[in-house]
Order: sequence, then structure tokens, then C-alpha cells
Amino acid sequence: MTVKPNSFRTGPDERGHFGIFGGRYVAETLMPLILELDAAYETAKKDPSFQAELDGLHATYTGRPSPLYFAERLTAHLGGAKIYFKRDELNHTGSHKINNCLGQILLARRMGKTRIIAETGAGQHGVASATVCARFGFPCEVYMGATDVQRQAPNVFRMKLLGATVHPVTAGHGTLKDAMNEALRDWVTNVETTYYLIGTAAGPHPYPAMVRDFQSVIGKETREQILAAEGRLPDMLVAAVGGGSNAIGLFHPFLDDEDVAIVGVEAGGHGIDVHNGHAASLTGGRPGVLHGNRTYLLQDDDGQILEGHSISAGLDYPGIGPEHSFLKDTGRVSYVPITDEETMEAFQLLTRVEGIIPALEPAHALAEVMKRAPAMDKDQIIVMNLCGRGDKDVFTVGKMLGYAL
Amino acid sequence: MSPSETRPVTRIDTRLAAVRAEGRPALVTFVTAGDPDPETSLAILKALPKAGADIVEFGMPFSDPMAEGPPIQAATLRALKAGQTMAKTLQMVRAFRAEDDGTPIVLMGYYNPIYSYGVERFLADAKAAGVDGLIIVDLPPEEDDELCVPALAAGISFIRLATPTTDDRRLPAVLANTSGFVYYVSITGITGAGSADPTRVAAAVARIKGHTDLPVMVGFGVRTPAQAAAIGANADGVVVGSALVDAVRDSLDGEGRATVKTVAAVADLVGALSAGVRAVRLQPTG
Repeated sequence: MTVKPNSFRTGPDERGHFGIFGGRYVAETLMPLILELDAAYETAKKDPSFQAELDGLHATYTGRPSPLYFAERLTAHLGGAKIYFKRDELNHTGSHKINNCLGQILLARRMGKTRIIAETGAGQHGVASATVCARFGFPCEVYMGATDVQRQAPNVFRMKLLGATVHPVTAGHGTLKDAMNEALRDWVTNVETTYYLIGTAAGPHPYPAMVRDFQSVIGKETREQILAAEGRLPDMLVAAVGGGSNAIGLFHPFLDDEDVAIVGVEAGGHGIDVHNGHAASLTGGRPGVLHGNRTYLLQDDDGQILEGHSISAGLDYPGIGPEHSFLKDTGRVSYVPITDEETMEAFQLLTRVEGIIPALEPAHALAEVMKRAPAMDKDQIIVMNLCGRGDKDVFTVGKMLGYAL
Repeated sequence: MSPSETRPVTRIDTRLAAVRAEGRPALVTFVTAGDPDPETSLAILKALPKAGADIVEFGMPFSDPMAEGPPIQAATLRALKAGQTMAKTLQMVRAFRAEDDGTPIVLMGYYNPIYSYGVERFLADAKAAGVDGLIIVDLPPEEDDELCVPALAAGISFIRLATPTTDDRRLPAVLANTSGFVYYVSITGITGAGSADPTRVAAAVARIKGHTDLPVMVGFGVRTPAQAAAIGANADGVVVGSALVDAVRDSLDGEGRATVKTVAAVADLVGALSAGVRAVRLQPTG
């Protein structure tokens, strides 16, 4: 166990470590560029004009601040704590991914890079990347597992409409992890010209800290909005974690508020006891090194990485951002798995009770809210990050419900 | 003073001194441990020095080989499918070492299988098996505390990759804890892709030699005897890998199983590469 720090918000250290997690485990070819990126981000972060441009784009292009919505009917239905949704599903492109992509595309432009590559699982990050590339006039190449290309066809088409080239990755099992491997292979080959726009708060330092910083707009707004609405901080925050970018964005500004309980919800797939049948790295994995960082990983006894499974292509990743590993080991955040089946129930409930079709990723978080809220007092408050909309998932859900589309 | 000057003489030092005395570049061969099956893989390993390899690199399979192109990715998958594990890889080294005490063995791969096995336990078992060096793709000098420093303490060389992006400012950091030899990655890219340009390689090797007395081996993009000779003429040696695992692949039957041709296919190519480097006369260096 890591010793409890005075603050949970000071990480990472200058070498990118959150406790024992994080770091820079990359091939030498990439290392000089990683250091250049680190320096460029540190400079940009301190430049008021950088933040001002990002804020301006968020106000007029993304649609920020996203509303904090009191889910009155769901609250009554569950009969316990008051439930609020941070509605990042209303952002341009339909998820929180745009928050990070806008920040990184401004950085890429600052660094003089001329070509953008990205990996994507469900396609939300791919769409957000293709969107900012269209907006700023960069060529965009997106690596996507061949399996995901099949099950997320609408997002593939959206990326193509936006002018991106989508490379289906057949290596490995054709999912997000393999797409990330292939993006790294592209980057190592085109290192001089290319900016790798990583979509989650993972990878070599500085990505986990940088993506967190860009996503922290979620938590900062939430803090102001809940104080305005209720005059106090919430009792509990809940968010889904795959790589963990929407969750760390909501959680980070609250980490040092001891009275705010924080819950991260992992993809429990067919159940945490089913071998290779889930994508719950924190509850079902152990620490290892992959994709540039040390973090909890799904792996076999010999250190070979497992594929994992989730109904949600966005959570179907065998790793997790290193800061989440740190927050688990320090006990600051509780991480729990939710199964595919529980997710489907939550998806349908929200649709019918509140008229909101959630993405399958936040539907995991909602399933945990459905467990917790009834056991809490009516004057208690839960804020859940509704980080994506479900339009992309209607085919998957239709298939699960036996409805031919 | 480089660390190699204070270290006891190793199999790598001895072998490379002998090659240098012959006035030719060294041939370093890479194959994946357990490809296409444990038994054939051990037979290939034993055949390499006999066919002319001076140093053998033995790949520790990893499910996510981020720096490898399609040939070594495929070799890795064949090995894992055939049940290769770290324990089996070390067992093969032990079996090889029982018959050959002179040829250096360098294990090459990624950090996670070692981390999972346990660093201390791995170094003890590797040393006992007769491993001479390690090349770990995803451990840059920034993470030297993980494995590099403990490996050097255990008497195992830690061979670093230097690349076209490793500039003069960074080279000293990359070379600081490097021992045995320096592996120059001749292209920005993955294994088995592109081909190295001998003129640019010569300039890069000269640049690295300005910072170290260690021998410099050049790999990535060396496939044929002619390329081995051309690149080797400008370095202390060449590394060939993807071409050898492709020779394994091409020798397999329809179900992906080894055939009577498999070991010979690899040995024949190593023999031809060996003839390539043996045709080169290097200028004596200091």
C-alpha cells in the first residue's frame, strides 16, 4: 500500500510517477519526442493565451459549460439520494472526448507538427480527433481495432465524413489495445512530423497528467454548479472508468475534499470471476507495464496482456490510467465492477425515466448509482458524470434486446 | 571512463574481441524463443553459432510488441500459441549453455514479462542459465532503476538502443549505463520495415563512437547477405532478425507446424549472412 499523502492532487512527480505508477516506458526512438512534448506542455500550461484560446473554443465550439442536471424523476424512482448528472454528453461530438482533443490539437499546432494520429475503441475519441483535425486543418489517421470497426460502424462513417483515414487493425484481437500498439508503431516511424493524440489519461508521461488537466474542466464546472444549486459539495461522485479520462476529469478537483466519497465504475463484463470475461483492470488485474506506463493491467501469470471483454467498446481496454491505480492503492477512490447485464438495465431505465439515451460507458456508472442511491438519505447528493450519449450504441443495444435494426 | 573498463571480461567482450581480431564485422542473429514450437526453437538456437552467428539474441515473446513489425509480431504469436513462457525461455538458454560456453546470449523483449516474473528472481535465474545481456525495448535510461542498474549489479550486460532521434545531447545519458555493445537502430520505425542506408549508418556509427569505446552493432532493416556486408563495413557488426523469423514462417506446413526444413532454412540464411560479413575487411581501429 502507498502511504497516504498530504494531498492527492500533487502528482505526478517530474518523472511522471503517481506513487509507483506512471512513468515513461517507451522505445528510445520516441523518448526525445516525449521529453519535447513534456517541455512544450509545461510552457503552454503557463501561457495565458493558450488557456484563453482553449476556453474560447469550449464556450463557442464545444458548448461549455455543460449543464448540471437534477434528475428529479430518477431520484424519485430510486427513492434515496438526490441524483445530478454532469451532462458532458451534450458536448459537440457527443462525449467528453472533445475536451482533451481541443487542448491537444492546440498543443500540436504550437509544436509545429503537421500530422495527427489517434487510436480509438468505441470511436468517440476517433470522432473527436477527426473533428478537431477538420477544424484546424490537420490530416488525421485513426487506428481502430478491426473488431471495433465492425461493431461501431456509424462512428467509422462519421470519421470518414470528417476527412480522417481510418486504419482497421487486425493485429492481436483487433480491439483498443491493438489499435494503440499500431498507433505507437506509426508514431515511432513518423516521429518527426507526427503528433500522437492519445484519448485517455494513460500512456507515457506527460499524457496522463495532460489529459487529466484538459478533462478537469468537468470537475471544476461541477464544483461551481453544485455549490450554486445546493450550496454545498456532493456526498458522492460516480463515473465510469475504461482508461479513466472522464472519471479523473470529474474526480481531480474533489480529491482533497475528504467528505466527498468517490466511486469509479469498471466494466465487469460477464462477471469479475469469468477469466478474460471482463475489463476491470483495478478489481481484477495487477500492476504491470504497458503502453508507456506502470498501472493495473489484465494479464496472465506470465505477464502476457489479456484482451478483456465489455459490452462497451469504450471500456474494453486491459489497462487504466496510472493515477487511478494510485487512487485505488491509497484508498481515496473506490473502484467497483458493473456487469454487461446491469448496464443494460441502467441504459433502459434512464431512457424511459429521464428521456436521456446514455452511452453504454456512463450506463455502467448509472448502474452503480442505482445500487447506492436507495441506501442513502434523501438529503444526500450524488453527482454522476454522464460522459457520452448513446446514439452510437443503439445497434449494440438493439442486438442485445433482440430487436432487428 | 566507461563502466565496461571496470567490469570483468564477459562472453560478449571475449567474442567481440575475437571477431575484431579477424578484421570483420560481427553477425548478431535474432530469433523468437519458442517459435514455432519449443523443441524446434531450441534446435534453431543451437544451430545459429554453428552456421556462423557470433552473438545470439533470443526474443522473449510479449503479447504487445510495440516496436515490432509484422514478421516478429507473427513469430511472437506463434511462440505464445505454442505455450512459450519465461521459464521455458530460460530453460532453453540453460540447455544451449550446456553445449556452448562461448557464444553470448542476449535476451531481447519488453519489460512486463520480466516485471511479472519478478526482477530479482529473473536476474538470478537468467544469470544461472547463462544469459549475458539484456535488450529491453521499453526501458529508456529514464527508467534505469527498474532493471538496468540491478542487471549490471548481477553481472548481466544492459545493451541500450540508440536511434536516429538520439541526438548528441542525449547520447551520453543513453550510453552511461550501457555495456557489452551499443545497438544502433538504423531507421526511425519498427523492425522488419524499410532498409538502412549505409552512408547514413556510417555517419551515425561515427557519431556514437565519438561518445563511447563500446562496439556498435547496427540493426533494423538488414535482411540480406549483401546488406549485412554493406552495413557491416561501417560498423562493428550487424543484427538480423525479421529475415530469420520469416525463414521460419516460410518453412512451416499448412497448419503452421515445423517441418524437416525449418531448422535448415534458418541455418542456411545465417550461413549466407555469415559469408557476407566474413567478406568484409574492416579498417583496424584503436
